Amino acid sequence: MSPIALLLIAIGLGLAGWLAGRAKAWSFQKAEPNVRIAARPVYHAWYVAAWILMPLLGFLIAWSFLSSQLITYFVLQSPAADSLPAFEFERAAWLDEARNVALGNAPGVFNAGAEAFIEPFEAAILRVNIIGIVITLLIAFAGAAYAFVRLSPDFRARRKVEQKVMWILIAASLVAILTTFGIFASLVFETVRFFNMVSPVDFLFGTFWGPDPMSSADSPDGSRYGAIPLFWGTIFIGAIIAMIVAIPLGLMSAVYLTQYADPTLRRWVKPALEILAGVPTVVYGYFAALTVAPMIRDAAVAIGLENASTESALAAGVVMGVMIIPFVSSMADDSIAAVPGSMRDGSYAMGATKSETITKVLFPAALPGIVAGVMLAVSRAIGETMIVVMAASTAANLSANPLERMTTVTVQIVKMLTGEGSFDHPATLSAFALGFVLFLVTLALNFVALRVVKRFREAYE
Amino acid sequence: MSSTPATIHDAHGGPAADAGTSVIGSFGHTRTPEFEKRLQKRYRKERNFKRMGQGAILFSVAVLIFLLGNMLINGVGGFQRAELAVPIDFPESGLVGDETSLTASSAVQVLELQGLPEIVQFYAEEALGEEGAAQLSRDAWRDVAAALQGDPSLIERTHTFNLAASSDLASGLSGEGSAEMQALAQRLEERGVLSEKFDGGFLSRSDATSPQQVGIWGALKGSILTMIITLALAFPVGVLSALYLEEYAPRNRWTDLIEVSINNLAAVPSIIFGLLGLAVFLTIFPNFRSAPLIGGLTLALMTMPVIVISGRNAIKAVPPSIRDGALAVGASPLQVVFHHVLPLALPGMLTGTIIGMARALGETAPLLLIGMRAFVATPPDGFTSPATVLPVQIFLWSDEIDRGFVERTSAAIVILLLFLLLMNSFAIYLRNKFEKTW
Repeated sequence: MSPIALLLIAIGLGLAGWLAGRAKAWSFQKAEPNVRIAARPVYHAWYVAAWILMPLLGFLIAWSFLSSQLITYFVLQSPAADSLPAFEFERAAWLDEARNVALGNAPGVFNAGAEAFIEPFEAAILRVNIIGIVITLLIAFAGAAYAFVRLSPDFRARRKVEQKVMWILIAASLVAILTTFGIFASLVFETVRFFNMVSPVDFLFGTFWGPDPMSSADSPDGSRYGAIPLFWGTIFIGAIIAMIVAIPLGLMSAVYLTQYADPTLRRWVKPALEILAGVPTVVYGYFAALTVAPMIRDAAVAIGLENASTESALAAGVVMGVMIIPFVSSMADDSIAAVPGSMRDGSYAMGATKSETITKVLFPAALPGIVAGVMLAVSRAIGETMIVVMAASTAANLSANPLERMTTVTVQIVKMLTGEGSFDHPATLSAFALGFVLFLVTLALNFVALRVVKRFREAYE
Repeated sequence: MSSTPATIHDAHGGPAADAGTSVIGSFGHTRTPEFEKRLQKRYRKERNFKRMGQGAILFSVAVLIFLLGNMLINGVGGFQRAELAVPIDFPESGLVGDETSLTASSAVQVLELQGLPEIVQFYAEEALGEEGAAQLSRDAWRDVAAALQGDPSLIERTHTFNLAASSDLASGLSGEGSAEMQALAQRLEERGVLSEKFDGGFLSRSDATSPQQVGIWGALKGSILTMIITLALAFPVGVLSALYLEEYAPRNRWTDLIEVSINNLAAVPSIIFGLLGLAVFLTIFPNFRSAPLIGGLTLALMTMPVIVISGRNAIKAVPPSIRDGALAVGASPLQVVFHHVLPLALPGMLTGTIIGMARALGETAPLLLIGMRAFVATPPDGFTSPATVLPVQIFLWSDEIDRGFVERTSAAIVILLLFLLLMNSFAIYLRNKFEKTW
């Protein structure tokens, strides 16, 4: 019995409880038509349903983890378990195959030895299913009984139900904290494991990056885990090349759209910029790798640069810059719009031209907001993955030549985790350490940027 | 949009503008030649500044058009494939079968046992010559079998099938590949048996090793299943926490912590969510590697903050008078929110949700990390079976060496963009239809 089926049963039981609760509340009303009951029948109904469904949902979540382990436990307890091979890997393979056949997911077993386990598995599955249904029913009846005896004409069902709803609301908002905590904990945990194998000094200050996932995991060579070239590649592509493209173009398009363009043009161009922002990054990556990179290489060869690569940092950076344009533009738009109109009017009154007003009054006044916007854009660019995975190289390179191959933190995370490496190898774990650095840097950038924006808004409000 | 000095003056001068040209004489003593020169310089700067702005807009729009045009033009080729016309005379071939046996589930095996592969090969050699028949893909007979299953009456007559050519011949047809293939393609094309045809099967097949055989349905179905999980998890949680934070939460340290978490989650790079999914979800459910369930779970965590933030804005837009009115007639705080505020804020919340879902649909990096990049040749049949999603499929195809994949990748991108366009237009429609200004 799958968790889905149990869930349907639970919902059915909840519905039954709902109807019964409402019927009981109506019966109070019918018995004494002149007395007002303390809550409307529908709240009695929800009260009973909540007492059935909420414990059941908790049980089902636990059961979906527990049931498969319980099945394995029962199989291992069965007499057939004696014939299991001692070798851990083979053992798991046998059990997996037999389980899949028993569940009807596979037509037959591959290892002949696993054949003997199909029957124990079927028996165990049946047993576990019966246990699951029995516990479900028990919980439902216990909950229903508890709620039902409390129903009475002067029972304040609405307040009880509302309290429960409030708890659900609080639980929903705690998901965000849990997620943040989960990210932090998993990154820290794996990073500490990595630093137990490779010294943090080697990692943060080494200048050679070349982890070998095939090497022995016991004595990793710390000198191969120097992340400086990755940090440099990330900064060079995301914070330098991309920003050289995105800042002037984004800023100027924001200025033109807000200060010069007539409404018709704005109505057409703004959605176009939004489309540019909505194109998935994998499409940009494909565009960069297939169209822009060869174009840049050909151009470089045409002006006589021989060593230009088709995986140049320039191609990835430029396309990333284009992707960021709408972002910079909308941030700049917001900060320029937040500058009080009186400042602009004052400048015009003194006889300044439009461009003088913009560059000498609006920009300085909006500068904190624009800087914050750029910081957010940088944090987006350095965390961007697909463009660099598809268009940049995987070879780490400490160079200032934009036409050379370069790699970034995100490229290496993907490379390390999509290989065949074992989870205990420092090469795999290094991805988590890189992720942790990325997480901290983007967090810091966002934190500072939001602070700046907040203070900037307050200054003009 | 002309940028003569007079119009610029006009833009912020008003009455002074008319005076600009005609009254120069009377103000002659202030308008020295140096002044005039400076003024000309300032106007020139103004013009250049404006041109820079136009240039920036033009560049962005040009890149957008180039990008979309590029995908579209390549994509058109992706919906076609090189097909060889092979007439098969079924009565002569000795193949037996009737309506019941051909529509049974075992029909393909029965046809194979009756020698359908050899029959197809025989007629192909007859129609295309030995060289041409060698370029028929080895599984071409399966298409014939499928056609027979779809229309059993074919077995009583001669029918011309359009069967996929090998990818070598396909690249020969498009003027690439080896010289022999190009020559062969040219010969066959002249005889009218080889041509580029619209490939409807692209929308119904799944991943394959040859660009001639691939389809998008497997990835599309994987995307749909993943999005269902994402929506089912992120929407309720997002809406409920937006309601709590905006309507009930007391101002204290916990609330601040929740707000900071949500803002941070919205800014965390998507790949970090992939690391979370890998380290947490795949440790808990090791059997569900590359299943839509885990993908949807990971994307839900990523989408939830977007829904919360847009939901809070939508709730903020509901005027306090609505709440006061409801409270005044005796509604409880919960009734105020669920009976009055939520229905009014829902369109705005839905708009935010659709935009968040569109982002999740285009997301690739976190799914790569949790293993949704396996080669999956059959469409997933549930939330827990191995699957891949559209953007990951695009990524995988873009890595293929075979040139035939270039057009297929573009075609897949066109489909992805089409879906995004649909979702976003629906969001805009919702916004325009239900948005109220109070």
